Amino acid sequence: MTGRRRTIQFTLNGQPVAAEIGVHQNLTELLQDRFGLFGARESCGQGLCGCCTVLVDGQAITGCLRLAVLVDGSDVRTIEGLSDGETLSPEQEAFIESGAFQCGYCTPGFILMTRKLLDENPDPSDDDIKHYLSGNLCRCGAYPEILNAVKLAGRKRAALT
Amino acid sequence: MADRSTTTSVGHSIARLEGRDKVTGRTDYIYNLRLPSMLHAKACRSPISHGRIRAIDTGAALAMPGVRHVVTGEDVKAVLPEPYYGPAFHDQPILALDKVRHFGEPVAVVLADDPHIAESAAQIIEVDYQELPGVYDEIEALRGQVIVHEELKPAGTFADLKHLAGRRDTNLALDYHLRHGDTDRAFAQAEHVFDHIFSTQQTMHAAFEPIVALADMRDGRLTIYSSTQSPSFVRFEIARLLGWPESHVRVKTAHLGGGFGAKVYVKAEALAMALSLIARRPVRVALTMEEQFYTITKHANTVRIRSAVDKDGRITGRKCEVWWNGGAYADIGPRVAQKSGFSAAGPYDIENVDIDSFALYTNRPPAGALRGFGIPQLVWAYESHTDIIAGELGIDPLAFRKRNILRNGRPQAVGSIVEDAEFEAVLDDVARRMNWRGPFDKGSGTLLRGRGIAIGFKASISPTTSSAIVSVQADGSCIVYCSTVDMGQGSDTAMAQIAAEVLNIALDSIKIVHPDTDVTPYDMSTLGSRSTFHMGHAVRLAAQDARGKLDAMASAAGLPEGANTPLADLFVKTFGMRAGTIVGAANYMPEYAPPNYETGQTPKVTPFWMIGAAGAEVEVDTQTGQFRITRLVNVCDAGKAINPAVVETQISGAAVMQLGFTMTENMIIEDGQLTNPSLADYKIPGFFDLPDAMENGFIEAEQHNGPFGAKGVGESGTFGVSPAIANAIADAVGVRITRLPITAEAVFRALRAKAGNPLGDA
Repeated sequence: MTGRRRTIQFTLNGQPVAAEIGVHQNLTELLQDRFGLFGARESCGQGLCGCCTVLVDGQAITGCLRLAVLVDGSDVRTIEGLSDGETLSPEQEAFIESGAFQCGYCTPGFILMTRKLLDENPDPSDDDIKHYLSGNLCRCGAYPEILNAVKLAGRKRAALT
Repeated sequence: MADRSTTTSVGHSIARLEGRDKVTGRTDYIYNLRLPSMLHAKACRSPISHGRIRAIDTGAALAMPGVRHVVTGEDVKAVLPEPYYGPAFHDQPILALDKVRHFGEPVAVVLADDPHIAESAAQIIEVDYQELPGVYDEIEALRGQVIVHEELKPAGTFADLKHLAGRRDTNLALDYHLRHGDTDRAFAQAEHVFDHIFSTQQTMHAAFEPIVALADMRDGRLTIYSSTQSPSFVRFEIARLLGWPESHVRVKTAHLGGGFGAKVYVKAEALAMALSLIARRPVRVALTMEEQFYTITKHANTVRIRSAVDKDGRITGRKCEVWWNGGAYADIGPRVAQKSGFSAAGPYDIENVDIDSFALYTNRPPAGALRGFGIPQLVWAYESHTDIIAGELGIDPLAFRKRNILRNGRPQAVGSIVEDAEFEAVLDDVARRMNWRGPFDKGSGTLLRGRGIAIGFKASISPTTSSAIVSVQADGSCIVYCSTVDMGQGSDTAMAQIAAEVLNIALDSIKIVHPDTDVTPYDMSTLGSRSTFHMGHAVRLAAQDARGKLDAMASAAGLPEGANTPLADLFVKTFGMRAGTIVGAANYMPEYAPPNYETGQTPKVTPFWMIGAAGAEVEVDTQTGQFRITRLVNVCDAGKAINPAVVETQISGAAVMQLGFTMTENMIIEDGQLTNPSLADYKIPGFFDLPDAMENGFIEAEQHNGPFGAKGVGESGTFGVSPAIANAIADAVGVRITRLPITAEAVFRALRAKAGNPLGDA
């Protein structure tokens, strides 16, 4: 347990950063303990709920299952990097306007997955959306509203381009 | 009241105040809180369900570098001589003492600066158990061959539990009895008698922000940061354990990542307090998802329900016996047995009703409140039973229900007259949305279709009090202080809407202060769909109190009545500059009359009734038992909605949650061990578990004594879901499922049994 530590360098929400981290620690801990970013959050701890979803080199991964040292040299994007803090992204706006959350604990994961989905498929069908988001769970059961939010986000993005 | 043409805030679908924080990942959950010099706690938990603790060897754990303390039940007892807590019984030790009573019970805790070290050390604590036989079934528990608690210790807060003090050799933690009319005579004179048994399984909340508490004890004062739904109760109970004045304990919360009843009363707070007392440092007790399975769950139960029916299809008598599987510690289970138990005969106008409801200890993880407080388990029984009766009498299920439904002005079996309860309108709306009277495709070949309806109801918990403070600042803005916890249900927004409406100011001029017992006034708890009604009233009255003072200020300043001077100008006129604060305050407690112990009768059982109904259409594959819910309709009585959009998401979310409890969720205990404490094996609903079509709605009817005509609605969407689905399956393929969850295997076994070719045991 007195495990080894390593210094890693990576890009975090567009900025180059470095951190020293234990080899046993996961990406969620790295973001929370070293950078104070709590948008990726622990819940099931087994990669099943999607609350800790983070984009690493463009791929959506679960932060609880990714060892922190493995992001050395990677491009890491979290919910905090999705907007500049002033102007919300189309996905974030759509989630608010559709009432697509209740407690909000799972919301960052859903929004990041929505971003990824719409990057790959700007006009997804209901089935595409359900399939793509099936790895994220919402205990408040806001699925119908989330479905609407993804479609609204798609329209918002289309209007911007 | 909330006529939308005349209100500016109340009655409008305003987006949640905290929306930006939630979509940017910046919401302040307690799980994210870190305190300076904090220690992390990790528990060593019992691997058996029932046994005596012979010895605990903490040596190896204590020797691990980085470990600060290893704490056992005896260590807790050394600093807190009576370390037992609970809202109904003082039966739950902070850490196990002498005995363990359920799988996963905390036995010892490691404290370390690094949570990984604490976790590793907790795994090498050696506990020597003498295993005892366990009891897991509520009916077996009643027979009393295995006794979970040697002696019962009621908390004394509830008058109807006092007679249980000191009772030995029983697992019965409450017996509730209702007697209404002459049931034996009704059965003797009945044209038809029906007798069925139904049961439900143990499930759990799985709030995504796991239960967490941080305790910071210093200089004879304690601050607790907790994901609690009950800050006022936590302060009361923690002060009682310490033998301190309540004022020396402060409890703070933030937004909760879901609650659903898991976070009511004391959960991790007592342990965090004891550990901070011992370590003299702040301590964080943060459960994992797995540990939540061992902490609090939803009751399994068994219901025997019998009905007497006359030749016209009127239910003339009903007898219900309900056995609640409360697990190893009572938590609020005895209240489930009583407060929900009285409604076990359903929302029907039945002259003669007997109910016997029993809360039982078993060696399962403790059961308490979960979205509905026992009601969904009762609706499962009475709406399945009601459907069977309609079927056997050859009466349409909707017509049979309407023939017997309770109507306003009539007494419910508990003896209270029903008011502002739109049973029939809710049923009719489900039927309309289902096109019930229209043609229905029953399918063909091996794919058969069916549909079903169900309706349930609930009384709000009584008697309870809410208090609120509203302060109006010199700039004309307003701060609302209340101890209602926003766990996702949108209470912050609703309270702001009410304050804004009364004070006639813009919603963005309102701030809501989150519960902090040093700052926000008393509230019974955020549970039982009570906040909109009770705290809504308190905020409304506090705002009116402030409004009255502002009006007096205006009058003193010589302003004509109705001048509508901006508040900021009014403060300047009064104080000569932008200065001063106006404070309004109010307590709210509705009328209530306690039930008679022998008969359970009371003239005033609740300030308002909650009603939820569902309609389901299913398609069943007769070759496999697999079935799809092709359509699910949920309709509730919402009073006058304070925020219609939020009400609709509450109904929808409750129905989705109940779908999980209907189809997949099931805590499985084998050989005394819980085999599936993980979201991998305990399946909560995901996108693909949704019905093909889902429709949610509500009937708006004024609740005459509600704030702006509103009533609570957070639980109502759970009521009808399970029996509506079972009734639809029965309609499709003629088999009746009597136990939850309704799995494809259960349907297939029932189909084979019906065909005279039953499957053997798995």
